[in-house]
Amino acid sequence: MTPIKVYVPKDSAARSIGSDQVARAIEEESIKRGLSIAIVRNGSRGALWLEPLVEVESGDGRTAYGPVQVSDVVSLFDAGFHLGQSHPLSLGKTDDIGWLARQDRVTFARVGIVDPLSIPDYQEQGGLVGLRRALAMTSEEIVTEVTESGLRGRGGAGFPAGIKWRTVMTTAGDHKYVCCNADEGDSGTFADRMLMEGDPFTLLEGMTIAGIAVGAIEGVIYIRSEYPDAIETMTAAIEIAREYGWLGSSVLGSGQNFDVRIRVGGGSYVCGEETAMLESIEGKRGVVRSKPPLPAIEGLFGKPTVINNVLTLASVPAILADGASAYQSRGVGRSLGTQVFQLAGNISRGGIVELAFGVTLDSLINDFGGGTLSGRPARAVQVGGPLGAYFPISAFNVSMDYESLLAAGGMLGHGGIVLFDDSVNMAAQAKFAMDFCAVESCGKCTPCRLGSVRGSETIEKIINGEDRVGNKRLLLELCEVMADGSLCAMGGLTPLPVRSALLHFEEDFDSRRGVRK
Amino acid sequence: MPIAIWSTEAAQSVLDTTCNQPGPVLISLQAIQEKFGYVPLEAIRLVAQACNVSRADVHGVLTFYHDLRRTPAPATSVQICLAEACQSVGSRQLVDAAETALGATLGSDGKDVEIKAVYCFGNCALGPNASVNGRLIGRANIEAILSAAEDEGTR
Repeated sequence: MTPIKVYVPKDSAARSIGSDQVARAIEEESIKRGLSIAIVRNGSRGALWLEPLVEVESGDGRTAYGPVQVSDVVSLFDAGFHLGQSHPLSLGKTDDIGWLARQDRVTFARVGIVDPLSIPDYQEQGGLVGLRRALAMTSEEIVTEVTESGLRGRGGAGFPAGIKWRTVMTTAGDHKYVCCNADEGDSGTFADRMLMEGDPFTLLEGMTIAGIAVGAIEGVIYIRSEYPDAIETMTAAIEIAREYGWLGSSVLGSGQNFDVRIRVGGGSYVCGEETAMLESIEGKRGVVRSKPPLPAIEGLFGKPTVINNVLTLASVPAILADGASAYQSRGVGRSLGTQVFQLAGNISRGGIVELAFGVTLDSLINDFGGGTLSGRPARAVQVGGPLGAYFPISAFNVSMDYESLLAAGGMLGHGGIVLFDDSVNMAAQAKFAMDFCAVESCGKCTPCRLGSVRGSETIEKIINGEDRVGNKRLLLELCEVMADGSLCAMGGLTPLPVRSALLHFEEDFDSRRGVRK
Repeated sequence: MPIAIWSTEAAQSVLDTTCNQPGPVLISLQAIQEKFGYVPLEAIRLVAQACNVSRADVHGVLTFYHDLRRTPAPATSVQICLAEACQSVGSRQLVDAAETALGATLGSDGKDVEIKAVYCFGNCALGPNASVNGRLIGRANIEAILSAAEDEGTR
């Protein structure tokens, strides 16, 4: 008898709330009952509010149950969940769960569906189609395809990927690199991690295509140390891809050479900045470099280097497989394709929501997110990580794309959305932004290194009632110096949360109430 | 992997595997820490020699990265995320509770237990997050932290 397939996510979010224990309990109970069950440790579907989400393969698709605790396992078997029977935790067919069904999964198409380390699974779900097509194309054709797709850097800067690739392609060099920035340090973001844990081959495929396109023979993935599971999965995936004849001296038998290795970060936020990342890969202090020269011309070890975020590279296989026009038919204006939004913080239904650009912030927070977790009224939302702006609820109708967010005084960043309820004190959040910058600044440029410390002190003075008018003006001047005078986004964008907090929530700066020491 | 007792020979054999890789200093220090649990002062000279850089260079790298520690870790190391998403669901209050329950202050080097702030585990939809000796706890509360600390203690 073929064993019944039961999926229990191995994603670290699911593991953090007990999916390992649930998997073990299901296995033990099935042995006790003499049932033949094969447990697959998949990635997460992204509906993190339903984790641990257990799925059963039942011929006509998968049936979902969640959130499952160890104490539910016996009753699940009693109800016959392994045959797809009903139980109080039943969620119906996974594909019919509205929260998932309403999404447009392109980059995340396979995450949660495949066994992360199975190349047969990967190919069954459309994997390697893009790479095989790329191998039959010229470099010029691949770069043109990526350019025409409209794909922009998903790490935060939003620079057109095809233009960056073209620069590297046309720069002469005996040794070029593709560096994947997987130093996903922004609070409120976890899509890179979930993709690496749930569908690592997609990232490797994107990197291989980039390598073939620009003539690079070596790829490096810089993964933050806070992601041990992602490091483990990516390491295993690289090994499997080498054995398969995908990575190595002849990519899928094409005669083209491309291999990938991993470098692990050291717990430094600023190493997510691309030039600091290069320094760190070179084994040095993660100190930002001045630009120019651009990394595309003089990057890792001084060689021409493509640097892209995980989501950028992971979007490439689909673009090559389905063509540029399928990708760029999604989105609005100059924000084309899909964005993997991440709903986080004080939110009722958090997780991954992949949709075409142009959805409103309100729809993400309320239709998908279901409002605050605490049940209290929402008050503020931070979009785009610790360097992103705080918006009040009156701004929730903003369209989520690069240009609209910029026009609204914010930025899309890496697509993280952190919701706060009405217990938040925004002066404290502004001070935190400065404190965080002080802790994580690489120290190279003065506006960031010293400005952050002075900024924190000035906010403290404002809260304490010392010459509020004068100190607010001073704070805004300081913000201007940091924004204009810093070498990189660390000091340059720290003013964004500070200014937006002061602009939209000035009342919080006018008393000490609710601010902790 | 259990933590090894420091010896120059053991350190040298670790460095033999790292020093020939491109950009070897950080990975050498990471490998030393993985082997011995921290980077002892004596390691600086060895890493400098193995990587053919100055001791000042090694010191610079060692002091730049938050992960690298120059003293052994206590038996229980609690990390609590203090980034925005976890703040929004009460991680600051969780730090207060942990300080009281564990008798340690945030950021100070404790002998048996330490509490450290980290900025993001990438589990921001299931905050607040904490980790005990590297084991991640989502939707953390003080009970879960204490129970994980106890598990670690009896290991």
